[in-house]
Amino acid sequence: MGSGNRKKLDNPALEWLDSRLPIVSMIQKEYGVFPTPKNFNYFWNFGAIAMVMLVTMIITGIVLAMNYATTASDAFDSVERIMRDVNHGWLLRYLHSNGASFFFIAVYIHMFRGMYYGSYKQPRELLWMMGVLIFLLMMATAFMGYVLPWGQMSFWGATVITNLFSAIPLVGDSIVTLLWGGFSVDNPTLNRFFALHYLFPFLIVAVVFLHVWALHVTGSNNPSGIEAKGKQDTLPFHPYYTMKDAFGIVVFLVIYATFVFFLPNALGHADNYIPANPLVTPAHIVPEWYFLPFYAILRAITFDIGIPFTDIVLIPAKLGGVLAMFGSIALLFVLPFLDKHPVRSSRYRPWYKWFFIAFTVNAFILGVCGGKPAEGIWVPLAQASTLYYFAFFMVIIPFLNKKEPVLELPGSISESVLNKKGAKA
Amino acid sequence: MVFLFVAPQAHAAGGNTAELPDVHFSFEGPFGTYDRGALQRGFQVYKNVCSACHAMKYLSYRNLADMGYSEGQIKAIAADYEVTDGPNEEGEMFERTARPSDKFKAPYANDAQARYANNGALPVDLSLIAKARGEGPHYLYGLLTGYEAPPEGVTLAIGQHWNKYMEGNKIAMAAPLSDDVVAYEDGTPTTKEQYAKDVSHFLMWAAEPKMEVRKRTGIKVVLFLLAFAGIMYAVKKKIWADLKKK
Ligand code: HEC
Ligand code: HEM
Repeated sequence: MGSGNRKKLDNPALEWLDSRLPIVSMIQKEYGVFPTPKNFNYFWNFGAIAMVMLVTMIITGIVLAMNYATTASDAFDSVERIMRDVNHGWLLRYLHSNGASFFFIAVYIHMFRGMYYGSYKQPRELLWMMGVLIFLLMMATAFMGYVLPWGQMSFWGATVITNLFSAIPLVGDSIVTLLWGGFSVDNPTLNRFFALHYLFPFLIVAVVFLHVWALHVTGSNNPSGIEAKGKQDTLPFHPYYTMKDAFGIVVFLVIYATFVFFLPNALGHADNYIPANPLVTPAHIVPEWYFLPFYAILRAITFDIGIPFTDIVLIPAKLGGVLAMFGSIALLFVLPFLDKHPVRSSRYRPWYKWFFIAFTVNAFILGVCGGKPAEGIWVPLAQASTLYYFAFFMVIIPFLNKKEPVLELPGSISESVLNKKGAKA
Repeated sequence: MVFLFVAPQAHAAGGNTAELPDVHFSFEGPFGTYDRGALQRGFQVYKNVCSACHAMKYLSYRNLADMGYSEGQIKAIAADYEVTDGPNEEGEMFERTARPSDKFKAPYANDAQARYANNGALPVDLSLIAKARGEGPHYLYGLLTGYEAPPEGVTLAIGQHWNKYMEGNKIAMAAPLSDDVVAYEDGTPTTKEQYAKDVSHFLMWAAEPKMEVRKRTGIKVVLFLLAFAGIMYAVKKKIWADLKKK
């Protein structure tokens, strides 16, 4: 970020600015001429799309906050007032509520892209880990945001999820009391959740900044997984990728707008249009769709874990579920250190590729299980899928490290592009 | 894109409830709008029947303008009600005739009174009911037409009724509609089914009064974005094509 060997700018005003704070040079360097692999496919659009969604969420969120009342007695009514009486309030609210879903869609695709093409591997480990940190912050933000309208699902979702912390030995109950600000989910809980829901997106902005900074140190990965070796492998970011990203963003926005304007409640739950009532428990408490796979993992641990042939319980089922859920994210975090196979891209990893495709399908199955009541076939199915989730990281990847053959890779990105063209012709 | 309903939440009422009847509402689909006639008739049903027990606290009389009522008509409707206002200069609360800016008058002073008058069951506020139940207006239509004699062997407690669409099938609301209970002025048949359909239509509007402007805006936004995407695609293609020539 130093001003090192800055080129003089022609425009005197910009030059005045740039010689004092080289922000123009920086933008030019990082987004203008920044060398970017020339063979990106459309999966590389989703980082920029996630960025657009982040900004959308912050802007709509701040305007909503101007009209929102943070007390248990007024929150629900204030949201209805936004929907009915605030100018374009309905639009703001539907943009924000559906925006959360589309933010997760973008980030999930972004993450699966990273896993498929091995973008987390050396030297991009830290970049990936900051991504997982962003993901965790997003989950916390979305969870707290869903509590704010103070409907039935808000209230009962908050009750179920905060109660999980009570499974932690020794300090669990104190943590729950601290989260609640009392002895049940109530007005103080809503107040602290609102304060944190306002804060966290800005933490996300900060981590995204570091994430992109780290990206600009290593440069981007690409579908071949081969590092760029020189000018023949790259293009300046502008105009090639600014235009490609812009196109991708607009297509994504078309789908987002379709939901906002024509299916605004399709991704939500009807029960959240009933005001919170601590005396009436909804028949099925389900979180938002983007949490369902993790919710399924949480509920899959239905048994105590103890020393066989004794009555000694080491990990009661509830704690087991909580550990499994957080463990599933922790595994993503350490993925760069689990996968030691030298080849990055699944394009040249015939074994990993299929295990990873199965992992993706498995994630959808977990999502479906998470949305169903925990009974009948859904319990063993969720358990089998949970097992595969963990086995993927803890058994399959270490196995592939040792056994998956290392194919001969094309010499460079250019060569891989030519090979592909040749194969098509 | 065939599934563009207004509020197609997943069917929440699980268990032993019957398949909902197939009714069509004019507000369905991406171009669907409310039918002013149906809204006014539905309001009439609400006013003459449901409002004896159910409040609609998010609506004011002035909101009726959306349904095509004139200012004079709205004033006249509001004038049928007395509301409590105040305190006045002497610190007293007083009764006065309702004005268009007042909220719909609630039948009971509070939930306790409402329960007391209804065998302990609470008649829910109806302003959001069409969004607070899976299948929304389809469920409401089903509920209002779904009363039957209980199957053999089932005994109902006092004040309970059998409804094939209610969760658990037992409901503390007696069938509120029957033929010819409300007089329609526009010649529409005065059957139980027609009332149910009209009041469900009205309740959808009450829950989602901005639906029409939402869809109208949506069509413009989506068309604009599609055109914009087309332009961006052409620009991107041109830039990348020039590259390949080099
Ligand atoms: C005599 C009083 C009374 C009248 C009139 C009445 N209701 Fe009800 N309604 C109730 C009560 C009491 C309940 C609560 C039932 C329960 O909880 O079992 C209820 C419940 C409901 C519910 C909620 C059902 C559910 O899914 O939980 C709806 C919807 C409803 N009424 C609609 C209407 C409509 C529409 C009308 C007018 C056509 C109407 N009611 C007229 C007393 C009434
Ligand atoms: C707020 C959310 C996020 C934003 C705004 C964001 C933004 C970006 C951007 C703009 C890029 C470069 C363009 C691209 O390669 O797509 C990028 C790259 C990357 N991101 Fe993210 N990201 C987010 C979340 C995540 C998460 C949750 C992860 C993984 C857990 C992640 C992992 C990566 C990786 C590995 C790269 C490098 C990809 C490559 O070079 O192949 N990001 N991110």
